[in-house]
Amino acid sequence: MASPPPDLADKDLMRLITCGSVDDGKSTLIGRLLFDARLVPDDHLEALARDSRRYGTVGDSPDLALLVDGLQAEREQGITIDVAYRIFSTARRRFIVADTPGHAQYTRNMVTGASTADLAIIIVDARKGLLAQTCRHTTIVSLMGVRHVVLAVNKMDLVDYSEQRFAEIVAAYSHLAKRLGLASTAAIPISALLGDNVIRPSAAMPWYSGPPLLDHLESAGVEASDTQPFRLTAQWISRADPEFRGYAGTVLGGSIRPGDEVVVQPSGARSHVARIVTSDGDLAEAATGQAITLTLTDPVDVVRGDVLTAPDRPPHVADQFACHLVWMDEAAMLPGRPYLMRLGTATLTATVTELKHRIDVETGGHEATKQLALNEIGFANIALDRPAPFDVYDDNRDTGGFILIDRMSNATVGAGMIRFPLRRASSLPWQTFTVDKAARARIKQQRPCVLWFTGLSGAGKSTIADGVEKRLLALGRHTYSLDGDNVRHGLNRDLGFTDADRVENVRRVIEVARLFCEAGLIVLVSVISPFRSERQLARERMTEGEFVEIFVDTPLAECERRDPKGLYRRARDGKLANFTGIDSPYEAPEAPDIHLHTTEMSLEQEIETVMKALRNRGVID
Amino acid sequence: MPVSNSYLQALEAESIHILREAAANFRKPVVLYSIGKDSSVLLHLAHKAFYPAKPPFALLHVDTGWKFREMIAFRDRRVGELGLELIVHVNRDGIGRGIGPISHGAAVHTDIMKTEALKQALGLHGFDAAIGGARRDEEASRAKERIFSFRSAAHRWDPRHQRPELWRLYNGRIHPGESIRVFPLSNWTELDVWTYIQRENIPVVPLYFAAERLVVERDGMLIKVDDDRLTLRPGETPQPRWVRFRTLGCYPLTGAIESRAATLSEIVAEVTSPRMSERQGRAIDHDQSGSMELKKREGYF
Repeated sequence: MASPPPDLADKDLMRLITCGSVDDGKSTLIGRLLFDARLVPDDHLEALARDSRRYGTVGDSPDLALLVDGLQAEREQGITIDVAYRIFSTARRRFIVADTPGHAQYTRNMVTGASTADLAIIIVDARKGLLAQTCRHTTIVSLMGVRHVVLAVNKMDLVDYSEQRFAEIVAAYSHLAKRLGLASTAAIPISALLGDNVIRPSAAMPWYSGPPLLDHLESAGVEASDTQPFRLTAQWISRADPEFRGYAGTVLGGSIRPGDEVVVQPSGARSHVARIVTSDGDLAEAATGQAITLTLTDPVDVVRGDVLTAPDRPPHVADQFACHLVWMDEAAMLPGRPYLMRLGTATLTATVTELKHRIDVETGGHEATKQLALNEIGFANIALDRPAPFDVYDDNRDTGGFILIDRMSNATVGAGMIRFPLRRASSLPWQTFTVDKAARARIKQQRPCVLWFTGLSGAGKSTIADGVEKRLLALGRHTYSLDGDNVRHGLNRDLGFTDADRVENVRRVIEVARLFCEAGLIVLVSVISPFRSERQLARERMTEGEFVEIFVDTPLAECERRDPKGLYRRARDGKLANFTGIDSPYEAPEAPDIHLHTTEMSLEQEIETVMKALRNRGVID
Repeated sequence: MPVSNSYLQALEAESIHILREAAANFRKPVVLYSIGKDSSVLLHLAHKAFYPAKPPFALLHVDTGWKFREMIAFRDRRVGELGLELIVHVNRDGIGRGIGPISHGAAVHTDIMKTEALKQALGLHGFDAAIGGARRDEEASRAKERIFSFRSAAHRWDPRHQRPELWRLYNGRIHPGESIRVFPLSNWTELDVWTYIQRENIPVVPLYFAAERLVVERDGMLIKVDDDRLTLRPGETPQPRWVRFRTLGCYPLTGAIESRAATLSEIVAEVTSPRMSERQGRAIDHDQSGSMELKKREGYF
């Protein structure tokens, strides 16, 4: 390190992200910063010399990019494949650099790195000028709310350090930045390879009077905004002893002092801060970023996921909002499918109710779409399973940003930035009626339930359901049958067979089945319902114990042999697209309530198996 | 305590946040306690995170049987003082087969007595999260490691399919048998660790401080003669040298550095201008470039 500071702890912390591809010299730039700041230990330099001979791309000189490109796999391919974090310090500041690749398929990595960044360096090759990727990087930086942006025009040595070329690029970029909603940007002409204007001013570009890149990085402001209203998400409820009840969490906005009034959201309960507890003693004040434990003066109910907030500037509390959504999974985002949402420390169930448009990141334009594929960014309305407190993302990244998690794979599949709350269903109070489901069931002297028959086309779902319904009718039960084919003639005639439409098809069937169940009926549903997520949703939408999943398990070959409607033949001939089992997946139930192996049973046995299960459940006597 | 946005306080707060998330997200998390300086910092942070309650974690030490004697003495003393539960796991099968660093070399010893042993212990106790003190600045492959890092039921790390990590949101959802490794010190450097140890007055194993110790020079490393299992090769004579350790592991695999830094401030000054990276003394990293990544994919911590 060039000049060790007297007290390291007085430095502040800046998180930054570098945007650009290997071709633009991004890794070389970071390597140059580390190298010139003398932050590379000797044994790493030796390894660098060794690796440069083996993998290097710049002849005999040390290839500085290799300091940065960590994983073996990517060295061999010559590309950076994921988000890597580098840490370096100068006399004034500690930096955490998120290094993310610029290739089209890796939007998700850049979004990840930008989510915590205070500053973004957008790298442009002086010879090539602005490219489609420059627009992509700028769009993402703008969406993710990165406060400072530096345009680094690299490889100036290859354009003879031309002032005119630099000016052209800067003019074009300021036009682009303005169109994409970026407030202000700085521009610096550099050569990462030779070190011009990286750490030291360049003798080759006397016409540039601004600071070198590092000076700029050291002086851009990172102050936490003290003007934000107080926010603390409850992470952990501390019960050190029967008398002590503390709420541990990180201050995500504003500051707090003992005696301040706080409101617990979403309950709205009010209290005052009694103590700010830390192991170093109680604090007189805690500010944004501090991890503390609060005690309150009243025994109000606080659970993990609640947000303690300032009373005068409360967060929004709603169960619907509009947001930008970045998709990060191989499997596309399907409107209507429920996902788990992590918002602060709360875990909610979230469904995209409307996908307004997709953003073409290479132009900034909007396009209509029905789903979001990997690395696509959309603007959508989302509905939650209950009202939750949140802020608009531009006001507070921590209380306005969320991730979506797939309920089956547990993968992190999406990330979103809340733009504004929607007041729709949440503002319509539920009308309560004195005649309810129990009353309707009582007069029919039965227990309502939903028998959900799932299986491939031609498996025999409708035939078995029909047989069961006849038996129930004979026992004097009140029933209703919902058939997948039949609902597509009316209620769902606007839907096709894409994954997105199948999800919506099943969602509507679930809601109708629920209404019939509320009416006190035994509902028989025969619908392929190929995805576990939607069948799981169906189970959750019904009262516990009311949903009976019946897997009509007929092998594909047998369904194809039967082919009662000639559909398999048409699908095989390529005349029918998105056919379940052929070119659209069927996710078999892992633990159905009733499993009918139809190749080993007669229709009568199948019906009897279902009837027996209903007797065991007390649905019939 | 004055309100300040110094980076060391920011790192401390981030680590506490992560530890609280680990406690809230998992059924049975455990702290992997390696006795080293990073583990010492981790315990200190865990104390702060849950104060006035005790940390809701047990400690797990995977003992290869070849740790420095001073490490084991320090471990037993510290755990007693803190009143925490300590689980010591030894790969009995490996002991039975006589596996050791001198007879089998660094790679085999580490694989069986550390990596395998760790998997055994996690499975045996049903831990669904293991909290460790690894840092991103230690080694290139660590730079890509997530803070909540997913491991398959076979304990494998797949660097190409990691969960994106945004803001302060960590995804700890797993299926039975799968687990998460949690790294609260991801964004700390060696210098941060020492500066923090000094600021907070955190006890560490005395081997970190320079003293005159009996060492032999072997394969370019200074190896401390910690007990009589270190059989001397022809021409090797133990000599007293002023040395200290930057990292601690199995004594025959851990090289000392020549140093006179005998106090915390001398160590901080030494680490502030490093000529060599921290893990240069670790034989395990040096089989080949990229060797840590290979080991991590197999389940090494």
